[in-house]
Amino acid sequence: MSAFQPYANPRYFVMLLVALVPLIIGLLRGRRHRNYETLVSLVFIVLIFAGGKWHEGVALIGYVLWQLLLVMGYTRYRHKANRTGAYWTVILASIAPLVVVKVTPVFTVHPSLLDFLGMSYLTFKSVQTLIELRDGTLQQVDPLFFLRFLLFLPTISSGPIDRYRRFAKDYNTVPTREHYLDLLQSAVHKLFLGFAYKFVIGYFLGTLLLPKVAHSALVHHHLGGGLGISWALVAYMYVYSLYLFFDFAGYSLFAVSLSQLMGIDTPQNFNQPFKAKNIKDFWNRWHMSLSFWFRDFIFMRVTFALMKHRVFKNRIHVAQTAYLINFLVMGFWHGVTWYYIVYGLFHAGAIIVNDMWLRYKKRHHLPHNRVTTALAMVITFNVVCFSFLIFSGFLNTLWFK
Amino acid sequence: MTEAIQQTVLAILQDLTGEDLSERMDEDIFETALLDSMDTVQMVLALEEQLGVDIPVSEFERDQWATVTKIVAQVQALQA
Repeated sequence: MSAFQPYANPRYFVMLLVALVPLIIGLLRGRRHRNYETLVSLVFIVLIFAGGKWHEGVALIGYVLWQLLLVMGYTRYRHKANRTGAYWTVILASIAPLVVVKVTPVFTVHPSLLDFLGMSYLTFKSVQTLIELRDGTLQQVDPLFFLRFLLFLPTISSGPIDRYRRFAKDYNTVPTREHYLDLLQSAVHKLFLGFAYKFVIGYFLGTLLLPKVAHSALVHHHLGGGLGISWALVAYMYVYSLYLFFDFAGYSLFAVSLSQLMGIDTPQNFNQPFKAKNIKDFWNRWHMSLSFWFRDFIFMRVTFALMKHRVFKNRIHVAQTAYLINFLVMGFWHGVTWYYIVYGLFHAGAIIVNDMWLRYKKRHHLPHNRVTTALAMVITFNVVCFSFLIFSGFLNTLWFK
Repeated sequence: MTEAIQQTVLAILQDLTGEDLSERMDEDIFETALLDSMDTVQMVLALEEQLGVDIPVSEFERDQWATVTKIVAQVQALQA
């Protein structure tokens, strides 16, 4: 593993913060030093992919040029025509590298040569830009700006996933001094909260506790008719779920914090997800930039198409079909393994059942009070933790390895 | 003109949510979870059919369509 990984060790933070000082001073004085920012980003990207990961760097360059070619080509095309075939061709061409990378492990143990850190996240930005060009909400794309958007350093490896127009609005203006001071305050707060989440709580859960419960669960793999159902497995489920949250939320806090220092208000990724009252509520709180991307660019578009062409008579069936497609795509996006796909199907099932329950509750005017809300939170938390047990891939190790 | 659009928007929303919003024109319909994604798509389709506007789904930024007043303004902007 390269020593220079985003947000992995103190050296990365110290170097990045030092490099950002001129930018921060500039923003305090009402100036955005865009060229300096680009330089810092490029140096850090080179450092991330230098050393043992140079082939990933080559893959990144190839990938970025490919996306740039598609976006610029499609921008030119859209000024002349708007055929559905052309639209789907560029979308498929844009996701093709990601599909190759995700499908390769099914056939061989060697990772695809196209793969690099952060590819799945960059794909969202590129596809979203193409969709907006199709819709006409974006009409001009500046090639250099598109590269800056795609390669924005704080979010390059794992999001949060920003949107072209939102990013452009921040990038093309300079925050007022008052607004920037607010951003700075929020950035410092998030930085320290991120340290606590990722390096204290996440470290304790993931590095110290998780291997212990995993070992204990593996020792009991013969229990439960060979399914390995044991108290240790239950413990693994909760420890892993909490670890996943603190590690990823910690990382996201860093990404948002560093963005804010650079005067870019990158969207938040988490909003107290374990307080969710139902699965729908959960997806409005967990990995929000991903789930909102799926909501806006998959769920809404699928329901829109299904309803416009009157594929189903019943709107409930429209929603159910759209949920299934939405979460299946999300499952495949995580990777082509049985547990990611089952994770997707599980969430589709959970949200469909959730909808049925909400309709039942409304029809029968069931009581709604603090006790039922607390119960709903407990049930949702456990359903979510079970889904993360599937997601962890631990069952794969337990059952098949 | 505005009056007519307003009546149509209120009727569409009443159809979807079962609630009369004529006294709550500035209430955030997403914040209060009155409208989910599914209802939103239905609202967009109904607006397109009844008011003859073309709303791209990616144009749909929730905070710009969050209240009855805002929806009316958006429809007017698209009709112009």
